[in-house]
Amino acid sequence: MIIETKQLQLYYGKFQALKDVDLTIPEKSITAFIGPSGCGKSTLLRTLNRMNDTIPGVRIEGEVVIQDRNIYDGETEVEFLRKRVGMVFQQPNPFPKTIYDNVAYGPRLHGTTKKSELDAIVEKSLRSASLWHEVKDVLKKSAWSLSGGQQQRLCIARALAVEPDILLMDESTSALDPISTTKIEELTRELKKSYTIVMVTHNMHQAARISDRTVFFLNGEVVESADTEQLFRAPRDQRTEDYISGRFG
Amino acid sequence: MKAKSVDRIMTGVIVGIGFLIIALLAALLGYLLIRGVGHISWHFLTSAPESIRSGGGIGPQLFNSLFLLVLTMIITVPLGLGAGIYMSEYAKQNRLTAFIRLIVEVLSSFPSIVVGLFGLLVIVNRFGLGLSLMSGALALTVFNLPLMVRITEQALRAVPREQKEAGLALGLSRWRTITTVMLPISLPAIVTGTILAAGRVFGEAAALLFTAGMSSPRLDFSDWNPLHHTSPLNPFRPAETLAVHIWKVNSEGLAPDAAQIAAGASAVLVITVLLFNLGARWLGRALYRKLTAGR
Repeated sequence: MIIETKQLQLYYGKFQALKDVDLTIPEKSITAFIGPSGCGKSTLLRTLNRMNDTIPGVRIEGEVVIQDRNIYDGETEVEFLRKRVGMVFQQPNPFPKTIYDNVAYGPRLHGTTKKSELDAIVEKSLRSASLWHEVKDVLKKSAWSLSGGQQQRLCIARALAVEPDILLMDESTSALDPISTTKIEELTRELKKSYTIVMVTHNMHQAARISDRTVFFLNGEVVESADTEQLFRAPRDQRTEDYISGRFG
Repeated sequence: MKAKSVDRIMTGVIVGIGFLIIALLAALLGYLLIRGVGHISWHFLTSAPESIRSGGGIGPQLFNSLFLLVLTMIITVPLGLGAGIYMSEYAKQNRLTAFIRLIVEVLSSFPSIVVGLFGLLVIVNRFGLGLSLMSGALALTVFNLPLMVRITEQALRAVPREQKEAGLALGLSRWRTITTVMLPISLPAIVTGTILAAGRVFGEAAALLFTAGMSSPRLDFSDWNPLHHTSPLNPFRPAETLAVHIWKVNSEGLAPDAAQIAAGASAVLVITVLLFNLGARWLGRALYRKLTAGR
């Protein structure tokens, strides 16, 4: 188990957004968080790389153990954590720089300065994000000249360039067209050979298509966590069944 | 009355007000320029003023204005950037910071004559800097700094949240995210704001009467050692700026051509401020294009 949460509680001021979350997430697999809007799935995802630290008024109790270390123990350096736990967001958000500089950005600021090394990292990351063939001749063009789907794959490449072990994807295909979505899904399936992937999705079919495990959230609680096939075929909880059969949400 | 005709009448009223304002502005500018432009010549722009004879110029005053501007900006920009970054990215949002923000607003809208008197009492006399460019620059800082803080804070706040999070999610420290992701994106807005603030410095007179003084020593434009007394670069010499000069010539000028000199100097001032504004727009746009190339 690469990620484990123990009795995790999260409050936005007085509102409790996560209640008693106990989860284990296995290595080199895809875990999908599903549930209706406001159920806490994105909030949980953002506790895994401590992105919630930037929001004022957030209070967290319990433990999140990543690679045998509680990341809320007060000693974990958040920069080091985020280097190991990369993130791809809902909206493609490349920097207003060239394609090359977007990918080289993280490694550069983490201390890699040699051009040959950076070149190698950029090519490797773009290949891993299956974008290399589309952009190899236009690396010096602005990242904003790419299409939305390409931009999102560039963001994946940018995250991979700092060599994380875990990749968090926060509804990363919800702003994309169906063809781009398919490409990202294929890519994700490829990436799980080397990375542990945790994704939040609004789209149940997407979870069913590509994830190995699925976690269903409701009102800040984990209702059911199981192998994807089992969860969709024979859910144990009535609420899960209602949700996946489209009775609410 | 039908909604449609009310709509038509109100639109007419608003358009009318708009035209009125434009007409007023155009009349004012036209008046200043038509009266003054005829008097502008190379000689007028470069030679020293005459107190009794006619034919004096505004050379030292023009130089003083520009130099004072540079001095003020050297003090204001680093402080303003620092404070703006702090207010937008580090300060907690509570009553104290809300209070600081209010003070900053009040400070920037202070009557400039009050700032001038403050400068005379504190900077000129108490700190013993005398009537000098440095005193003037510090006095101008009093109401330019709040402006700079606000410009920086707002520019940083306007950076999309996704961009900031992208930086943080790569494992960059907050400071690195600010300097390498957010500042480049907000730079055009900061530059535009800074130049607009600078334009205000250029036109200021009241705050400078008691701080930078109403006279200039004989300047030796061949001596660029800032430590020498007659060097134009000496920041501790008294320096009458263009705006102050206009006021002085108009109120107590003895030269027979005082009225023309005031008119010419006013035109120069207006043209310079206009150039500043146009320059700010152009530079802001150029920077934006450069930073987001290909779009």
